[in-house]
Amino acid sequence: MSVEELVPREPGRVHAASYDDVTLARLEADATVIKARYPQERSALLPLLHLVQSQDGYVSPRGIAFCAQTLGLTTAEVSAVATFYTQYKRHPNGDYTVGVCTNTLCAVMGGDAIYEHLCDHLGIGHDETTEDGKVTLERVECNAACDYAPVVMVNWEFFDNQTPESAAAVVDALRAGEPVAPTRGADQVVTFKEMSRVLAGFPDGRADEGVGAGEATLRGTVLAHEQGWTAPPLPGQDEPRRTSARTTTRARTGTARAAASEPRTGDEQSSAERPVTGERDASSQQQETKQASSDAKED
Amino acid sequence: MATTLAPVLTDHWDAERSWSLATYEANGGYRGLRRALGMPAADVVTAVKDSGLRGRGGAGFPTGMKWGFLPAPDGGPRYLVVNADESEPGTCKDIPLMMASPQHLIEGVAITSYAIGCHHAFIYVRGEVVHVYRRLLRAVEEAYAKGYLGKNVLGSGFDLEVTVHAGAGAYICGEETALLDSLEGLRGQPRLKPPFPAVAGLYARPTVVNNVESIASVPGILVGGADWFKQMGTERSTGHGLFSLSGHVTRPGQYEAPLGITLRELLEMAGGVREGHELKFWTPGGSSTPIFTAEHLDVPLDYESVGAAGSMLGTRALQIFDETTSVVRAVTRWTEFYKHESCGKCTPCREGTFWLAQVMQRLERGQGTPADIELLLDLCDNILGRAFCALGDGATSPVTSAIQYFRDEFEAGCHTPADVLFPPERSALFDYTPRRRGAALAGVHA
Repeated sequence: MSVEELVPREPGRVHAASYDDVTLARLEADATVIKARYPQERSALLPLLHLVQSQDGYVSPRGIAFCAQTLGLTTAEVSAVATFYTQYKRHPNGDYTVGVCTNTLCAVMGGDAIYEHLCDHLGIGHDETTEDGKVTLERVECNAACDYAPVVMVNWEFFDNQTPESAAAVVDALRAGEPVAPTRGADQVVTFKEMSRVLAGFPDGRADEGVGAGEATLRGTVLAHEQGWTAPPLPGQDEPRRTSARTTTRARTGTARAAASEPRTGDEQSSAERPVTGERDASSQQQETKQASSDAKED
Repeated sequence: MATTLAPVLTDHWDAERSWSLATYEANGGYRGLRRALGMPAADVVTAVKDSGLRGRGGAGFPTGMKWGFLPAPDGGPRYLVVNADESEPGTCKDIPLMMASPQHLIEGVAITSYAIGCHHAFIYVRGEVVHVYRRLLRAVEEAYAKGYLGKNVLGSGFDLEVTVHAGAGAYICGEETALLDSLEGLRGQPRLKPPFPAVAGLYARPTVVNNVESIASVPGILVGGADWFKQMGTERSTGHGLFSLSGHVTRPGQYEAPLGITLRELLEMAGGVREGHELKFWTPGGSSTPIFTAEHLDVPLDYESVGAAGSMLGTRALQIFDETTSVVRAVTRWTEFYKHESCGKCTPCREGTFWLAQVMQRLERGQGTPADIELLLDLCDNILGRAFCALGDGATSPVTSAIQYFRDEFEAGCHTPADVLFPPERSALFDYTPRRRGAALAGVHA
């Protein structure tokens, strides 16, 4: 493919200008597989960018050009998307992204201390990479493992219930080239490039590795089995398989009726649905109603 | 104890290779799909409507009603998109569900697709959970191999293709229209509604967007029937739900219970607040839901009761903080999160979260001004309800509710740093010696 020579953006650093024929043929074959998953090929852009990272370790200029050419977009259109998402790296990433959750819950439980310790231990800060190219350190946002706080992610595998010492031991092992196993995940953390290929939708055969659930995930399951608590039996179901205890689930009868009527289409589902109400546009009472019925997450 | 747990989705999470199709089938899996395929599609929609199932992703919109909003078939494609972009701070239910038992979701996808006449469904999972993505890819592969997906599902003549799509790191993609834009290969920014996705969703075609837990709850409803489902929960908040306890609690984790259980009951199951400490504040449904305090321990955790008490059930993400925690520090960090994740499309949210963070940061440093509380409230007033989506609304929730319950801590922010009032090492779950105090804060986003 014809990719123009790109000028270096930083003194002493030049981006590779194009893929060799063998690499290009392989990427094109992968891109064909990715595009076939979607009714419209532009949907392939996110996985294609993961694919680029699996090749180059970041979203390289040649990778952007490859995506653009593959999907009939301009490089500006591809860059606009690539820069929107935090997982797409704008400079070469280390072999392992070590992300410390410093959102509120993990931060308070000790995530801030872990992050500070790793900064000192590695001598780098957020979005910086160790000189050996092994570890890129990041602060990350909530990664949906709050019951295991404080959490550290290594190449997006879960390291639960961390301490400054345990996290330092993990990065030391990674830098020493030793195999490192996440708490919940594959038997071994794979490299950033290997992980990126999985995210592009190409399985690496590790799905059956690791646990199904950690201790915190199973708290309710184990407690219910110990106590003989079950959901109401399904019609036609034999006795509950682990216990004969009857459920004591109680059916409450709507204790609070203040929330007026059933939600209807377009009813408080979007801020844009808010009717314009005149000079001040919205009274505080309306705002309270709005707040009580909306959430940053739509279902 | 009045209310007990009701394990439905969680029941076999502790089984050997719980994520495999074989384990799922051995525990009654895919009976719901067989049942559904023997019914007219409209009856499947009716069954889910009758169950009262409401969206488990936060907003609580009735799931069956959402399906019913699709216009009549016009011969063109209709889509189901599963929102598996779980990113709301504190929320940690869908990710473990898909890790431990992805077939619950796949069966729900098959049933829902049949019900709404969809032949190509998508699961949009956040990209930051690579092992969950592996498990989903494998689950889909296994389901194809056994004829639960693909051409002529179980000999019914119904065809269904499923694509599992990995995102790339953006909280906003949990908003359903931003998710659709992202799935179309664009920047994930919310759309103006209407039109709603039911009318013009993915590729501008009729689309249902549902949360993982909502869809995973569908097979049980098909097997058990609406009346079985309604035996759990309250009159208007029916069924079972995952309650995720995290933070300063003795045994954090996932507790699946009927809607309407209280935090007091859940805390009793979880061994209470960590030893030697007491509850200070908590979120009922993630950081976008106004905080609660110890006075709300007995609020039934259903949509109506939590709303009446001034918050939202949200995602049932119960983040527990004890008396060692600085409210100002907690809210500052949440505010920085919203600032970081605001997609920038709407000015009130983009600029408002930026300024909220500035003011919160100086309060945390003990350098606030006496006018800052009113300034914060005024900022919130100018964000709430003034953007395309609810991200900005969510950003105001922790600020306004924290001022409501802990105004004195904000006032203290005019003269004393939060980490002097509440030394952070007392909140941490391990012993350490803090290195920096009152100065640079670790997690502050540039």
